[in-house]
Amino acid sequence: MLSTLNSLVRWTGATLALTALSAGLATAQTTGKLKVGFMLPYTGTFASLGTAIENGFRQHVTELGGKIAGREVEYFKVDDESEPSKATDNVNKLIKRDQVDVLIGTVHSGVAMAMAKAAKESGTLLIVPNAGADAVTGAMCAPNIFRSSFSNWQPGYAMGEVMAKKGIKKVVTITWKYAAGDESVKGFKESFEKGGGTVVKELSLPFPNVEFQGLLTEIAATKPDAVFTFFAGGGAVKFVKDYAAAGLKGTIPLYGSGFLTDGNLDAEGAAADGLFTALHYADSLNTKRDNAFRLNYAKTFRMQPDVYAVQGYDAAQMLSIGLNATKGDATKATDISAALRKATIDSPRGPFTISASHNPVQDFYLRQSSAKEKENKVVGMASAKLADPGRGCKM
Amino acid sequence: MDLTTFLIQCLNALQYGLLLFLVASGLTLIFGIMGVINLAHGSFYMIGAYMAFALAPFVAASVGGGFFTTLLFGLILAVALGYVLEWAFYSFLYTREHLQQVLMTYGLILVFEELRSLLVGDDVHGVQAPDFLSGSIPLGDMMVYPVYRLFISGVCLLLALGMYFVFAKTRLGMMIRAGSTNREMVQSLGIDIKFLYRVVFAAGVAIAVLAGMVAAPVSSVYPGMGGLVLIICFVVVVIGGIGSIRGALLASLLIGVVDTFGKVLVPQVAGVLVYVLMAVILLWKPDGLFKAG
Repeated sequence: MLSTLNSLVRWTGATLALTALSAGLATAQTTGKLKVGFMLPYTGTFASLGTAIENGFRQHVTELGGKIAGREVEYFKVDDESEPSKATDNVNKLIKRDQVDVLIGTVHSGVAMAMAKAAKESGTLLIVPNAGADAVTGAMCAPNIFRSSFSNWQPGYAMGEVMAKKGIKKVVTITWKYAAGDESVKGFKESFEKGGGTVVKELSLPFPNVEFQGLLTEIAATKPDAVFTFFAGGGAVKFVKDYAAAGLKGTIPLYGSGFLTDGNLDAEGAAADGLFTALHYADSLNTKRDNAFRLNYAKTFRMQPDVYAVQGYDAAQMLSIGLNATKGDATKATDISAALRKATIDSPRGPFTISASHNPVQDFYLRQSSAKEKENKVVGMASAKLADPGRGCKM
Repeated sequence: MDLTTFLIQCLNALQYGLLLFLVASGLTLIFGIMGVINLAHGSFYMIGAYMAFALAPFVAASVGGGFFTTLLFGLILAVALGYVLEWAFYSFLYTREHLQQVLMTYGLILVFEELRSLLVGDDVHGVQAPDFLSGSIPLGDMMVYPVYRLFISGVCLLLALGMYFVFAKTRLGMMIRAGSTNREMVQSLGIDIKFLYRVVFAAGVAIAVLAGMVAAPVSSVYPGMGGLVLIICFVVVVIGGIGSIRGALLASLLIGVVDTFGKVLVPQVAGVLVYVLMAVILLWKPDGLFKAG
């Protein structure tokens, strides 16, 4: 709600720039400028994520000399404010007004679902650089819709495998009652119960409520072997701190999806020390590819890259691979899809491929947080080459 | 649920209720007693939390730090902020319609959030509880209870008692109550009502900021935190009865119990229970539990 004014100002600027430009533009599909439309959160809680994604994307385009498949790249931006109710209007600004060739967005799953719907109807190429809603590469899947990040199911499933292998038997899960939390817990439960464990209690609270004390007491009374959780952002910080303050950290180990600690270690401090999480990226991969990416990013943008920057960077890589196959024509979705299905994307996170439903098939790292070094360190592989089942996808 | 767990849950409910009162009490003054629909209340709370985060290093560098010194600094700044805001904006609102009050205070939310983003950035931050309050008390065989949470409850009880005393027993409280019933009459008795309201408003802002500062170590500090507490604060004031401090305290405790036990016993509908409670109470007593005046 914050950013109504803000986006108004931004828009007016964009519209003016557009009118000036559209006069000179011929609509050749493979030769003129390639119009890339960012629909990302530039204000509100997820503002820093939107910036990281855009930075990552621009970094790869710069590496390619400012061109993708021989076409010069021109950017259009809309602030989606992480506001699902405005999503359809916002995405249509890019599709109908700016007539972009490709959409890049977004962080919020609800907004991404609206984008997927619009992309499906208009046939515009869409690459989702974060939002994990399973349905984007499930029931909503289409030849022109891709994801460079993860599905909510994936980190949960990876962690379930790890915990079952560790011989943990009884687990309580706790999350917000909304799509990302539910899907993550569902993925966890699937692999954990397959591995012989039991989920004895599924606790949840309404999003974005952060009063955990009553549920922590429930956990203490249930006395499980371990707890699996999905929280992100400010709520994750409060949960990790409350969990430690309630004295549970020493007695009932806490495991979670990587968003529990990513970008939050500063705020969580000692309470996060030693926690295990699963994610497709970590701070200390120490591969040649990742080191080069991180150095370059830090030099250009004067800040450290995170998982969101990597996802933005890989969205640009996927776009480039797809368009190279069609000589720059963004409308040939089936050819782009065929090229990407065959490709291996050389990501800073490690190489990954694209599943039949267009979600990354990738390694999930088991990471342990270190409060002293403020890093999520890789301590092993949670699940190698994990593919989302893409349930409900008919393509 | 065995007896120990039940008792611990009661403590959780009580503690959450008291925290709610702490957060909502500033709104009781500004909305309840002065009658201004103040949507920016959540922003004042957020400002408090960010002060706890941002002032601490500054205070430590200039006067050697200390938890209570930081609180004092924050309160002085908050009173000044409240005084200026009342003079510049709110003083024009008393006689205006509710819609105009909503518009202006909503505008303030946008301004404060954007300022916060410019000054401190969009990252999540943690705030350390002071060392002498960072211990914990064992509770049952699995849990411990952080001392700082008990400290918050203590602050809240003191605040409730203090507010009740000022309003019910002092001459100042009498003038404020009279002013909320009939402004012109109070003015004609020779009391400077404008100045009086400015002071009450500044006190309301200061209490909201205090709540933010005291709650920061348990709530953390993050963008949009003000919006999260705003609605529940209005629920507290409306259930309690507009302008009643006693009512707000009772309403907070009721919500604490309903919310805590709701999440544990009927998690499927926990999100709406508090509002069901509000609806039931308003059907039974349309003016809230204790309407003042």
